Formats: sequence, structure tokens, C-alpha cells
Amino acid sequence: MKVSADDVKYIAQLSRLTVPETEMEKFTEQFNQILNYADILQKIDTAGIEPTAHVLPVSNVLREDVAKEGVTHEEALSNAPAVHNGGFKVPRVIE
Amino acid sequence: MTKYITVIGLEVHAELKTKSKAFCSCSTAFGSAPNTHVCPVCLGMPGALPVLNKQVVEFAIRAGLALNCEIKKFNKFDRKNYFYPDLAKNYQISQFDKPICENGHIDVNVNGEEKRIGITRIHMEEDAGKLVHSGATISTSDSSAVDYNRAGVPLIEIVSEPDMRSAEEARAYMENLKAILEYTDVCDCKMQEGSLRCDANISIMPEGAKEFGTRAEIKNLNSFRALVRAIEYEVERQKEILEDGGHIVQETRTWDDANGVTLSMRSKEEAHDYRYFPEPDLVPVQLDDAWIERVRSELPELPAQRQARLVKEHGLPEYDASLIVATKAMAEYFDEAVKTAKDSKGVSNWMLGDVSAYLNNEGITISEFKVTPAHLAELVNLTKDGVLSSKLAKKVFAEMLKEDKAPSVLVKELGLEQVSDEGAILKLVEETIAENPQSVADFKAGKDKAIGFLVGQIMKKSRGKANPGMVQKMLKEKMQ
Ligand SMILES: [Zn+2]
Repeated sequence: MKVSADDVKYIAQLSRLTVPETEMEKFTEQFNQILNYADILQKIDTAGIEPTAHVLPVSNVLREDVAKEGVTHEEALSNAPAVHNGGFKVPRVIE
Repeated sequence: MTKYITVIGLEVHAELKTKSKAFCSCSTAFGSAPNTHVCPVCLGMPGALPVLNKQVVEFAIRAGLALNCEIKKFNKFDRKNYFYPDLAKNYQISQFDKPICENGHIDVNVNGEEKRIGITRIHMEEDAGKLVHSGATISTSDSSAVDYNRAGVPLIEIVSEPDMRSAEEARAYMENLKAILEYTDVCDCKMQEGSLRCDANISIMPEGAKEFGTRAEIKNLNSFRALVRAIEYEVERQKEILEDGGHIVQETRTWDDANGVTLSMRSKEEAHDYRYFPEPDLVPVQLDDAWIERVRSELPELPAQRQARLVKEHGLPEYDASLIVATKAMAEYFDEAVKTAKDSKGVSNWMLGDVSAYLNNEGITISEFKVTPAHLAELVNLTKDGVLSSKLAKKVFAEMLKEDKAPSVLVKELGLEQVSDEGAILKLVEETIAENPQSVADFKAGKDKAIGFLVGQIMKKSRGKANPGMVQKMLKEKMQ
């Protein structure tokens, strides 16, 4: 077992996901299956091979620095559950 | 009591002066109404794809070269994952293990000693949005409003080595860094507006220790003064804990400027587990020598070179030159003024004296100063040519602050020309000698002080306008 139930709880917390206690065993099992699969790949000898940063053999896709209009203020806020002073209203975040 | 050594490293975020954002074409204009420079990319809409702004790479190379870094040819971007409402995508596009610049340095001078501060790395990333709290402070607010205008504005993060040993060294590093970013024109460096931001990693260790102590990361340092005060406070706080037999907790703290203390930010703790992975939506950027060398060849004169030039070409003392070059606008004002001034040192004296005092008093910068460099040069020339005494020059300067007129015009309007006419001065000298026989006798009896009194009398009669050098000379001649 590479991953314990506690690891799953921690990862769920980092991802802001609620994992019911009843499903914890199932998720722990699945996490471990995924990691075991990765272990198979780890066995391949990659000495001297550059890490792949991107799957496409393409680089330098760049645009010129020109500002353009985006969406309107109204459009931007149209999906917001709540709006306050022209901003997306969110619950207070404690620092 | 144990003697402690302070160890400081700085992480500086500089917003790049591009017209559009890093990964979308939204404007980077500051101070617009909330959520008016936004699009699907910077709002984190599913399916929206980022495309890198070429100017971001250009600016990062320029800053790196000016800070003596190696420029890395292979560049990729990574996702830094964390949940906070200022980040619509729930990840920030940054560079994790392949920063664009490495191994740079800045040489600073503290109390006459040269010191080299290492720069570990510089990487490109995007800024987050802004949270506006509904109440006066975050703890009295029940909600916040998010403005994504700033989300996606390009940044470079400049990470120093833990090479600084005092608040003064940290300040000197920060001042030099700010000047270099201004000179290279990659950032407008407005600390109050947040376009240049600084976090400090601070730890202390007993003298002779081999390992650094546990560090605290201090955020929200948005002025040089805040940086210095926060370091001083934090060092004392850590000393007290160690002296009481306690342990320093590695944590993020925020500087509370109003109360002059650092406070723990517990919520940031778990955020350190960022689970970086390569950004699949952006392809790598491969730099070549031609690009890097072209940027190098276009580098402007940097503060250290400019300082050397002011010393060499204008005969300024090192210290004065360092103050002039510390801000780009100040250095440009000087260069403009000395074009027509007959006395460069005079220009520098005015700028570091009365001009700086006025700017500080008004709380403005030299860019907002109404007196033109040409007018200041003229004032310097009027003094140099003996038209104005230094005392009257100050009077004219006070008028120049009030109205936009050439000093020569003001001198005429105020009737302040220094009298250098021999006949007129002779008349005053003779009158004064006749009126003060006792002082004349004292002078002849060898009391040198008496001449000061007589000069004073003549200056009074002329309402400060007589050329003091001529008065002194003619008085002596007349009393021999
Ligand atoms: Zn956008």
C-alpha cells in the first residue's frame, strides 16, 4: 500500500472535495492501483533521455503584445452566483 | 546573552510593463472599474486556452541580463495548484523547475562596504486577481468581492540567495533592484500600487552556527520602510522565543504596518503543497543566442554605470551620485538640467537639498515636480554668475515652486538682482564706515570680527542684494 486513507483525506482536502467515510476504502484502493500502474512505467530505463515537457514537437507559440477588448463587464459577471460592487461575491476568506 | 546572526533572503514580484496580459490579450491598465479587462482565459472558463505574450519573454531576458543572470534557453511553464478566490482557474501558471534566469547577483554598498548579493533565479508567472473586502478589515467583513482585472498580468519573481545579514543590506538590495527594473523599463515599480512586491524570508542563528535557523516568510511589505521595520521586528520576536527556550515555527506571517507587528497566517500553511505539474496548454519556449544577444545589445545604461559616469564626467562625489541615480526619473532630471547648467555640482546640490526636501514634504516624486530641469539650471547659473547670492537664490526657488516662470524673470519681477556695480557698493561701504567709527577702530586694532558686523550692515542696507564677496573686498581696501 503506497497510499493510506489519511493521504486520501489530505488530497481530498487540498482539492476541496468531500469524500464520504464509506467511500474511503474504495478511493484508497483506486489511488494505489493508479500508482502501481505508474510503477510499471518507472521500470523503463530513461537514462540519457530528456524529460518530455510537452507531447507535441512544437515550441515558441507566441503572440504580439497587443491589448484587445475581452468580454463585457455584464458578460463577465453573468455566471456569478452573487455580485457585490462589480465583483464576484465570495465568502470571507480568513487569512 | 547569545549573539545572533540574521539571515535574510528576498522574493520580489515585479509586474511587467506589457500592454496586454501574459496569456490573453486583455489590457493590463491599472485602476479601471472591476472586471472590465477580462476574458474567458483570465476568468478561467473551461476550454479557454492560453497563448504566451512574446514581450513577457523579452522583458524577463532583459531583467535577467541586467541582474547578471545566465539565461536558460529551454523554458516551460508549470501549474501551481491552490484554492483561493483570487485565482479563477485554481492554479497559477508559473515556472517551477526550469526558470528562465539563474545565478545572478547585485552588488550593494552598505556603510561604505561593497557586498555581492546572489540571485538564485528569476521566473515568469501570472498575477492573481484582487480581493476587496466588504468591511474595514478582513476580520470584520462577511464577504469579499473579486476583481479579475489583475489576474493574468505578467510577473517576474526574483528570488535572492539568503545572503543578507541586516535590514540595511536588505533595503540596499531592494533599492538597487528597484532602480535596475526601472532603468530597464520592465516594471513601473510602484510599491504602493503593488506593481513591485516583496516577501522576506527571515531567520536567526547563534554566532558560529553552521546551519541556518528556521525561517519565517513575511508578506505584505509594500514600502522600503515596511521592509526594514518588519525585519527588525521579526528578528527581535525570534530572539525572544529562542532566549525563552522555545522553537521558531516555519510559517508565513503578514506585516501589520499600522501596529508594527508580524502576524501568523495559518491559512497559508497547507497551501505550500502546490502539486506542480507541467502546463499542458502551453508549448515550451526555446531561446537562441540571436534573441539573447539582441536583447543584451539593447540594454540601457544601468544605475551603476550611470553613477560612475556622473562621478567621472560631472565630478560628483560617489555618495551624491548614488542618490541621484537611485531613481531613474531623478537621474534623467539631472542629465537634462546639466545640459544647460554651468555647474553640475550646483545642480546636484539643489536636487539633493531643497528639491528633495520639497518633494518629501509634498509627498510627490520628481516626475510630478513642476520646476523644469532648464529652469533649475538657470537658477544654478544665476548663482554661479554672481547675479544671485545663495540666500536670494532660495527666495527665487520658493517663487519658482509657486509659478511656472523662468528664474531670470522672477529675479526682475522681485527686484532681487545682486548688486555687483562697484560704484553702488562703494557708496554703501563709505556710508557704513562713516556710521560705525567704533567698528572701524576695532578692525584697525586687529579685531577681525568687526568686519563681519560691517558686512552685515551693508547687506542689510542693500536688502541682501549686494555681492558679499565684493563688499568684503572693498571694505578691507577702504579701511587699510
Ligand atoms: Zn483575459
